[in-house]
Amino acid sequence: MKLRYLKNVVTLGLNVNKCIGCGMCVIVCPHEVFQLNNKKAEIIDRDACMECGACSRNCPVDAIGVKTGVGCAAAVIQGFIRRTEPVCDCGCDKKSKGC
Amino acid sequence: MSEKVEQLHSTAIVNRVTTTLTKQDRLGGWKVRWGINRMGYVVEPGIYAVNNPNSSSVVLVSANYKLSFDVLRSQLGGLDAWILVLDTKGINVWCAAGKGTFGTEELVNRIEVSGLASVVNHRKLLLPQLGAVGVSAHEVCKRSGFSVIYGPVRTKDIKAFIKAGMKATEEMRRVQFSLYDRLVLTPVEFVNSLKYLLVVMVVFFLLSGLNLKGFSRELMFQNGLGSTVILFAAYSAGTIAGPLLLPWIPGRSFAFKGTFLGLFVTAILWNLAWTGNWANTLAWFLLVLPICSYLVMNFTGSSTYTSLSGVKKEMRVAVPLQIISAFVGIVFWGILRFI
Repeated sequence: MKLRYLKNVVTLGLNVNKCIGCGMCVIVCPHEVFQLNNKKAEIIDRDACMECGACSRNCPVDAIGVKTGVGCAAAVIQGFIRRTEPVCDCGCDKKSKGC
Repeated sequence: MSEKVEQLHSTAIVNRVTTTLTKQDRLGGWKVRWGINRMGYVVEPGIYAVNNPNSSSVVLVSANYKLSFDVLRSQLGGLDAWILVLDTKGINVWCAAGKGTFGTEELVNRIEVSGLASVVNHRKLLLPQLGAVGVSAHEVCKRSGFSVIYGPVRTKDIKAFIKAGMKATEEMRRVQFSLYDRLVLTPVEFVNSLKYLLVVMVVFFLLSGLNLKGFSRELMFQNGLGSTVILFAAYSAGTIAGPLLLPWIPGRSFAFKGTFLGLFVTAILWNLAWTGNWANTLAWFLLVLPICSYLVMNFTGSSTYTSLSGVKKEMRVAVPLQIISAFVGIVFWGILRFI
């Protein structure tokens, strides 16, 4: 069964004008969000995006933007309390475990 | 596990590893799945030789979490290869890539300090696809001269990927979240917050003895055992049943799925042991729902398909409701001790 998360929430954006059609985003995306059409990338399944950021990091012309971060409830709460971005306590140091 | 091997014409130090796992490796892997020594389960970063590689053999890049490393080498029977292990602080590839430790900086640096360029005569690296979260292929190439090829998501597909001329099938590129994937995560989910559960169980057990006349040991055993059973059931449901039944629980939001699971848990408990006490049941209802909701919501961090924006969105609604429900439930339950 294919698991689907919330609709219309992700911050993924693609600037088609910048795109050179290298197809790197298609390769690295774990959820088949992109497709190559006439040598241009196209977002075909935005809601499947988990904002991991692999596409934007590997786009050689900076055509993709996405706000990434630790998508873990405990991390979001930590971040809220410390008034920072979500902080994942697991594994950044040797003190705690989790996630 | 490994022996030092001197490389001819090279200054690099290489360790040789087998492609079979020992009993000890398996035991270690089992332990970390239960959260035992999970943060100290590491291998030394550097270059490892698998079978009999030569200067033109493929270079696989991995994390220094021993569980990841063991899974990788156990899939390489019959393949001559090098493994370049990055220092990811003992974290698996995907999580480390998210934190940036499995990243461009560390990869470029590790190529340098390991002396990889003197071990192989080609300039290609095979990375797990999920490493792309932290690694920028074009930047690595610019800075190190090594070009990055993103292999399949799962190590079991590596040999097929190489055989096909470094080509992945659609299926190799997709992240799954199968029943088995979720099953192996449940022990850590269960163990993680167990200490809080035990504290809460003890507190409820002791408070169950309170009444208008003070404290009654008899009352404590009479009501307290039931309280601990309910708390344990809610916790187990949230940390085990929630992850396992994820696709079949209605709703998309994890907090909603958890709430639904909480309803289910209370329904089962009522059926098993209906006390006839409506007020008490209501108090527990208000406590079980937020417990299950919170625990399942927290599983977003282990899931393979939730986005941070989505998690934030559902939390904005769910967390205030969870707090209110739990607070009212506790107060109500407390009042009931004295009437």
